[in-house]
Amino acid sequence: MATEVDARQTVGPAIATPARPARRKSPYPYWFCLPAALVFFVFFIVPTFSSFFFSLTRWDLSEYEFIGLDNFVNFFQEPALVIGLKNTLIYAVVTCGLKVVLGILLAQLLTSPIIARGFLRSVAFFPVLVSTIGVGLTFTVLMDPSAGLINKSLGVVGIEGPAWLVDPRLALLSVALVDVWKGVGLATVIFIAGIVSIPREYFEASAVDGASAFRRFWHIVLPLSKPAITTVVILSLIGGLRTFDLIWAMTRGGPGFTSDVIASVIYKQYQAGFYGLSTAGNVVLFILVTAIVFPLYRFFTRQEVDL
Amino acid sequence: MRFAKYRRPVSLVAATVACILALSACSAGSLGSSDKGGGTTTLTFLVDNADGSVKPAQGLAEAFHAKNPDITVQVQTRPGGSEGDNIVKTRLSTGEMTDVFLYNSGSLFQALNPKQNLTPLTGEAWASQVEDIFKPTVSVDSDLYGAPITGSSAGGILYNRKVYEKLGLQVPTTWAEFMANNAKIKAAGIDPVIQTYQDTWTSQLFVLADFHNVAAADPGWSEKYTGGQVKYAQEPAVKGFQRLEQVHKAGYENKNYRSMKFEAGMKLLAAGKGAHFPMLTFAVGVLASDPQHINDIGFFGQPGDDASKAGMTIWMPAGLYIPKSTEGAKLEAAKKFVAFVASTEGCDVQTKAYPPAGPYMVKGCELPADVPQAIKDVVAYVEKGNITPALEFSSPIKGPALEQITVEVGSGLRPATDGAALYDKDVKKQAQQLGLKGWS
Repeated sequence: MATEVDARQTVGPAIATPARPARRKSPYPYWFCLPAALVFFVFFIVPTFSSFFFSLTRWDLSEYEFIGLDNFVNFFQEPALVIGLKNTLIYAVVTCGLKVVLGILLAQLLTSPIIARGFLRSVAFFPVLVSTIGVGLTFTVLMDPSAGLINKSLGVVGIEGPAWLVDPRLALLSVALVDVWKGVGLATVIFIAGIVSIPREYFEASAVDGASAFRRFWHIVLPLSKPAITTVVILSLIGGLRTFDLIWAMTRGGPGFTSDVIASVIYKQYQAGFYGLSTAGNVVLFILVTAIVFPLYRFFTRQEVDL
Repeated sequence: MRFAKYRRPVSLVAATVACILALSACSAGSLGSSDKGGGTTTLTFLVDNADGSVKPAQGLAEAFHAKNPDITVQVQTRPGGSEGDNIVKTRLSTGEMTDVFLYNSGSLFQALNPKQNLTPLTGEAWASQVEDIFKPTVSVDSDLYGAPITGSSAGGILYNRKVYEKLGLQVPTTWAEFMANNAKIKAAGIDPVIQTYQDTWTSQLFVLADFHNVAAADPGWSEKYTGGQVKYAQEPAVKGFQRLEQVHKAGYENKNYRSMKFEAGMKLLAAGKGAHFPMLTFAVGVLASDPQHINDIGFFGQPGDDASKAGMTIWMPAGLYIPKSTEGAKLEAAKKFVAFVASTEGCDVQTKAYPPAGPYMVKGCELPADVPQAIKDVVAYVEKGNITPALEFSSPIKGPALEQITVEVGSGLRPATDGAALYDKDVKKQAQQLGLKGWS
């Protein structure tokens, strides 16, 4: 059962199944599911439910004390958390929005007949393959306000660059920009797949009608890429909501608490040895991601059916 | 032909299997007891990756092996800071800790759950040779769990003596004098106070090094604090936060303080481009590669309101501990190694390996005559006796978010009193996790 549900979820957004076929008796016996179900139970179900329990306790690695909802009260009083919640949402929306817009534009460019298309496609995808921590550390050096390459280059043309990562107003957005640089390649590939699968006939017909390139993009490419857009939005939104590695590599939530996101707040509680508190934080994050992504997913899939 | 086609995968598989076998055989050898090799024992020894820990540790390992050829000590490193705390706690609770390890004394030691995880060393012969001021920082109830390793370190203000000479300044004994000096230094076109917030831990010094002044104003402050009766948001402790704020408001820090790292800050100080750096004296070791300037750096304790009570805050050395997971022949060897570290011979080996930042906590250990000037200044304070161990050595509570809060206060993002109140909240979580009374 579990694996069945899983498979449908991952394929779901990309392939719009018009109607579910009537349930047929499977030719395979149910105990075929057993190995997968066992793994799923031990590594996913048990930790999930035990973390619900431990979020109600104050525990160290050997013993626990039941304290009810105190952890959640504490967690929501955490000053960094309010900033973290706000930052998480800003970060998710900014990265998601930019990835969709830039991704579809890049995909449009890379599906049109241009020189060195294959090469450019790999260039656009390349940052996806690099380790996030590596990207983070590299950009930390590049974004140094006085010695970094970015501000030095800006200085050559007479612009005084901002203090990217150490300016409290800019730190989060700077990291978000790097995230977009790193992640837009994946969005582009998904969009390319979407655009390529649009039947040629539409373009031929519109060419006969004398539609401009812009109208072709607006009226054919955009609406028919909707499944791809859904996938990219969901993927990058989830990615943005649970982002951690890049923030940690670049600012560690600083300066002060100004670029903290929920995941970094949770991690800091864990590092400090407040295990109960950080478990509670994870439960909150779980609920938040579900609360945002689940309705969104339903909304998008319903739209596809209408299409 | 057919055979040739099949042969390749078979030989590949064989090669892979052989490789795996070879690998596993190898790791089994190094993981299992090494006693087989002619009665020798190998001790693993985990230290944090700062030069001030690694170099003395390696020096000790070599000297100990030279003296005891049948015991080899293998130094391993881990990251410092809260990442390192995490590694130590996890390895202790899973029983995967090295045979001996170096870790902070004081509040961080208390958070290791020593009763459950560490071997008590109370009855060891060297225990009587340890300075009394150090013992409580590695003890729970009446049991001693660690030996001092590396020298102590003082927290206060490192200053450039050449700048002081040039401007005709006196070492300040009150905060008001300190700020007056800053004004003159700024007028001379030199950055009065160096701050390096890219390494966030460096931002805490104005608050932590102010503790001597807190204890001078209220000698029982530390116990009351542990009991939850006094707070940082109240006088006298709030002054540390306020002093940090004053320096920022006066615009006394260097231009790039937000993106500067600690080593760069030390260079700025050594070059005389900055006059003061609130810091721990171990930092002087960074300048070992710059012997021309190392003696330009002096030290004074963070001044308070009362010149007659001026003194300094001292940081205790780290402890050397044996986890419960070390047993049998290894335990014997480990105890022997700890005894070696806690001897005058051990001190001398450490001094040779890395310049000490302050006096050792083993009786009879002497600092060499050629220590850098800043360390001589520290010794002068110790000899006069007006020193106070930092709060983290007299109270088990230290909030984990202090460095973020001090960055905010020090860069003007948050008012001092607000920051102090926020730190009180942070500390409450730590007290609750430790199960202290008076904090629920």
